[in-house]
Amino acid sequence: MRRLISLVVLLVVGLGIALSLSAAPFGARGADQTGRLAQDEVNFGGCYTGRGLEENAAANIVASVVVNYRGFDTLGEVTVLFIAAVGLAAVLHTRKEEATPSGAEPASLIVFTGCRFLFPLILLLGAYIFIHGHLTPGGGFQGGAVVASGFLLIYLGCRGRGLRSAGLTAAESLSGLAFVVLALIGLAVGGSFLLNFLPKGSAFALFSAGVIPLIYVLIGFKVGSELGGIIDNLAREAR
Amino acid sequence: MSVLPSYIHYIGCFSLVLIGLYVVLVKPNLIKVIIGINLMDTGVNLFLVAVGYIRGGTAPIFSEAARQGEKMVDPVPQALVLTAIVIGVAVLALALSLAIRVYDHYGTLDLRKIKALRW
Repeated sequence: MRRLISLVVLLVVGLGIALSLSAAPFGARGADQTGRLAQDEVNFGGCYTGRGLEENAAANIVASVVVNYRGFDTLGEVTVLFIAAVGLAAVLHTRKEEATPSGAEPASLIVFTGCRFLFPLILLLGAYIFIHGHLTPGGGFQGGAVVASGFLLIYLGCRGRGLRSAGLTAAESLSGLAFVVLALIGLAVGGSFLLNFLPKGSAFALFSAGVIPLIYVLIGFKVGSELGGIIDNLAREAR
Repeated sequence: MSVLPSYIHYIGCFSLVLIGLYVVLVKPNLIKVIIGINLMDTGVNLFLVAVGYIRGGTAPIFSEAARQGEKMVDPVPQALVLTAIVIGVAVLALALSLAIRVYDHYGTLDLRKIKALRW
């Protein structure tokens, strides 16, 4: 009965989606568009790809959009991430009986050593991804996720070694605070929140694009430490 | 222009969304419901990226060789999806932690046996 009702609901939803999407086939928009802001002022994407390089000197237009044009969105999204992490910690730490060593077997020497060997390399890769966020595909969110995968590896391979939560919390809070302070400096200097107030430099160089790499590095720290904190909380629950 | 090439991407995205919706509606296991929510999340992300596609466009990243003139796909949905993926992971973790607490409290993850969650 329930299955039948669900199938009917799915049919209705699917039909509605199909009818509304049939007017817009894949890749149809922009068939005659040159990628610049020419005749169509509402075309935000074309506007960003057309002017982003001159305005921000960042080769990666997606980074330009995430950090500069829609940086306020990104601040909100980082806040959502923070609230999810806080909610997870609040849900998981209602009980206060800790430090009961479970019977989990320690990993073998090979796994343990391999994890300890790979962990700094993973951190290095993550840092590379978020430092070069304005030049190559990548950025703070991706680099932060890679860093958190390093923490996950430590949890899987080296059970005994917990992460130091105090350091994670400090990194998270300080990077979030620095993001807001950088945005407010833009407000104080040039009159708009998240203004790109630093010298832009020449495009395609590592030190270019003004505040974009700085903010992306901060986002990388924040996302990495937040996801690391989530992993730490779940690992402490499992222990 | 035939139907398949112009709609196959949307069909894929919304197949994922509908499969996720079916799982959420039908499956009694709480973990499977969370997996269904995650499937819907993935489908919506794919759809957003597909909407931003421009025929013949490249990735919206300039390179030294070809600075201007080539068509690029819309960067805005990509920027949104980029953050949405990370948020999806965090929300998934939050949902799983709630599932852990539900299991602690009721001793089961079967939604048919949990009176407060029955519909």
